Amino acid sequence: MEPGKPESTPEPEPFICSDGPVLSTRFKDPEGTWFEDYAADGGYLAARKALTSMTPEQVIDEVSKARLRGLGGAGFPTGRKWSFIPKQTTKPKYLVVNADEGEPGTFKDRYILERDPHALLEGIVIAAYAIGSHKAYVYIRGEYFRPAKRLQRAIDEAYSRSWLGKNIQGTGFDLDVVIHRGAGAYICGEETALLTSLEGGKGFPRIKPPFPAISGLFSCPTIVNNVETLACVPYILRHGAERFAGMGPDSQGGTRLFCLSGHVARPGVYEEPVGMTLRRLIERAGGVRNGNQLKAVIPGGISAKILRADEIDVAMDFNSLMAAGSMAGSGGVIVMDETTCMVEALHSAVRFFADESCGQCSPCREGTGWVHRIMRRITEGQGRLQDLDDLLAIASGMEGKTICVFADAAAWPIQSYITKFRAEFETFIRSGRTTRSLEVASCPS
Amino acid sequence: MPKLSIDGREVSVRDGTTVIQAAEKLGIFVPRYCYHPGLSIAGNCRICLVEVEKFPKLQIACNTPVTEGMVVHTNNEKAEGGRRVVLEFLLANHPLDCPVCDQSGECDLQNFYLNFGLYDPRFREQKVKKHKAVALGPHVMLDQERCILCSRCVRFTDEITKTGEFGIFNRGDHAELGIYPGSELNNRYSANVVDICPVGALTERDFRFKARVWYLSSAPTVCNGCAQGCNMDLHYVLDRPHLNDGARVVRVKPRYNPDVNQWWLCDEGRYGFGWIDRARLVKVLSRDGEVAAAWEQALAAIAGALKGGRIGVIASAQLTNEELFLIREIFWRALGAQVSASVPVKPGSCDDFLIQADKNPNTFGATLLGLAGPDAPTAAQIVDEALAGDLDVLWVMDHDLVELFGEEKVRGLSEKVGLFVFSGTNENATVPLAHWVLPSAAYVEKDGTFVNFKGRVQRIGRAFPPLQDSREDWRILLELAGKLGLPLDWQSPEKIFLALAKAAPPFEGLSYEAIGAQGVRVAVAP
Repeated sequence: MEPGKPESTPEPEPFICSDGPVLSTRFKDPEGTWFEDYAADGGYLAARKALTSMTPEQVIDEVSKARLRGLGGAGFPTGRKWSFIPKQTTKPKYLVVNADEGEPGTFKDRYILERDPHALLEGIVIAAYAIGSHKAYVYIRGEYFRPAKRLQRAIDEAYSRSWLGKNIQGTGFDLDVVIHRGAGAYICGEETALLTSLEGGKGFPRIKPPFPAISGLFSCPTIVNNVETLACVPYILRHGAERFAGMGPDSQGGTRLFCLSGHVARPGVYEEPVGMTLRRLIERAGGVRNGNQLKAVIPGGISAKILRADEIDVAMDFNSLMAAGSMAGSGGVIVMDETTCMVEALHSAVRFFADESCGQCSPCREGTGWVHRIMRRITEGQGRLQDLDDLLAIASGMEGKTICVFADAAAWPIQSYITKFRAEFETFIRSGRTTRSLEVASCPS
Repeated sequence: MPKLSIDGREVSVRDGTTVIQAAEKLGIFVPRYCYHPGLSIAGNCRICLVEVEKFPKLQIACNTPVTEGMVVHTNNEKAEGGRRVVLEFLLANHPLDCPVCDQSGECDLQNFYLNFGLYDPRFREQKVKKHKAVALGPHVMLDQERCILCSRCVRFTDEITKTGEFGIFNRGDHAELGIYPGSELNNRYSANVVDICPVGALTERDFRFKARVWYLSSAPTVCNGCAQGCNMDLHYVLDRPHLNDGARVVRVKPRYNPDVNQWWLCDEGRYGFGWIDRARLVKVLSRDGEVAAAWEQALAAIAGALKGGRIGVIASAQLTNEELFLIREIFWRALGAQVSASVPVKPGSCDDFLIQADKNPNTFGATLLGLAGPDAPTAAQIVDEALAGDLDVLWVMDHDLVELFGEEKVRGLSEKVGLFVFSGTNENATVPLAHWVLPSAAYVEKDGTFVNFKGRVQRIGRAFPPLQDSREDWRILLELAGKLGLPLDWQSPEKIFLALAKAAPPFEGLSYEAIGAQGVRVAVAP
């Protein structure tokens, strides 16, 4: 401990949900699930069912009926996405698994990879069968050493038990799964940048059209799915689409792994039905730490528009959050209590986006850097009130004008923080320093 | 054939056409930086944003395929507003060093700012510092701060030359253009990246600080560097002798021709203009102690010797069709001379793109006129005849016989023949051995036509008058015809060409007007 500085609250051990019902039932063991345990738990029954008794169309149909939506952040209906793969093509088709979990505040895929990798593999086998792919790539972010190791362990197990490789379980279906380790760029979680990176190029998103389902990896039809999305698939086939769909509202079935971080008493991964409200979710994590007042919440990863304390009676499914002017995104819920300085919080967010913009499109490349420099100046006490309007104008200039949605994601925090906490920004600029209460911040729990 | 409306005007285009191409068809220019018709679509500059009805966001015209009934606005407030914002982003970190930038005056950052920018700048932060004045290779200089990262140059070296020197390194606003470590931008087409660079990031080392571009005049012509016949524009300055060390030609730019060179030009052709203003022959010289003589005197003396003499002419495939036609009419038809434009060609390098091994621009034209090819005598035969004492007059055009046949032979024939005439543009080792030296005009100082290796006849254009006392070969030949009493009253290359078109079947029915700016195919290469 440095002399003269108050001891900060030690970071709590994250809580990892193992209540299920869909994704987290096997999360108990920090060493992860081995093949035998997974099989004893009914694992690979869904894959067997798909490969032996269902046509690919029936699989897609079942997933559509389950109302499974892409849980990487965009929320696109998974069954529909699979159906975009052209039926008549001489090219190989690829399944690419997006395990480049980089959205700040998000750490769910990591637990699937570490603690239940066979659920993902089974999902991969089913999805590959549904789209007619014989090769799947799992793109894992570079920082995820242990998850990559665990998944490789599971892949080796699956090969040795004929759940991967040639003629899987004697069904005649072939599938190879290859892990590709990323190098640490946030943008490589964007599906087309991921494909470029996977091909060996610099992680630049691609212009659309063409869409990956038509021309993706190596210019071949490709489906890119998030880890969590695919991990839901075995449950759907085993327990039926109705049961999965019934867990959520009409627009979205199932549960999600919500990642609660920030100023909650018990940060961690919580599996909850997608229709649960944000207020309830925060309560589930023990409420705001130290009995402090809630100030704001980011509901779906750092890109999502921030919600004020009075806006948290919203359900966490895609449509409800969109209607509330934010987004469900990656399920990363960042809670901020009254000790948070919104100016510093925004500064931290814009620095991230300035660091991570790939630099391809002019509005994003120049806009993120420009915003970051203005915010840095403000936090250094050199802000002008005009800066706030400039920031909003720059943000709207970046929005909707680029190849991928990174620029939009970078613009939303700026717009929401400044419009919802404008008075705090103005006070900061006028006084040249933060107004957050240091006494509360340094108070031991 | 989808039909769509752009700015209220309807147009039908082929399936797969993009909005920017459809707009071009209507003559509507959509601003662009990264889009180049000769390269793949990058879609990164975002300056070509247009409004497409029923789309919530602005769309980039370069990558939006047209659909039936599409309604596009390129100029309304929404589209222009979007573009203005993009321009402000592009200029945020731009150094604005236009006063010392060679691109100034032909820069699309300047142009678009004046066309639709005109905003009050809001950027007050410290700009990102990058490297300036980085020599990438023999011809190209890079300024990373001016670069807008449109990636045209990257795509050019990836897709056209396939040499892959360029890359974009780092991320965000620290992204910078560069070449890969240990490499050099020295491919044979390297300077094309300067042409396609829409800003001042890539500039020509040769042109560096020579002249502001608004002092330059431009004339369309065809490269004389090889048989490909690439179309180009000659940029020159006449009225500011303090610029460019007094030389008239300042630089050369490729001129688009889809059938010949598209947008490109090789470096050899681009930088092959030095001779036009250097070591030129500018005075008529006689053998008597090399004193300057008048044209009148020279032509009268030569005409006198030609009458009744046995004549050999070594013509050149550097000459225009018009001049070769006059040579054929005067020397071959009227005077019964031995004429050859078949000169041993030094083996030149070539590739499978634009560079031909034949370094003459008009070998095919000479062949069509019968002065080269299997039926024509070779230059070596004529030289041998001269040495054998079978010729009274030898006229050599352009060629350095000393280089071709050795000094001993040329000195020998200079003594053997009664009259040894050299006409050409530049000093060479043959000049001192000639009895009369006639200074002739460079190809950029005259009008005429060349036929390229594929049989395409193309016009060259006179950019400026011949240097000092030099004269166009066609004028020399016409005046000589007058002295010989031959009735050739054609007066100009255009009239000569009309006569040629009547006399030589491949050119039948053609005129300068019909050839136009892009040329016409007159024959099929053997």
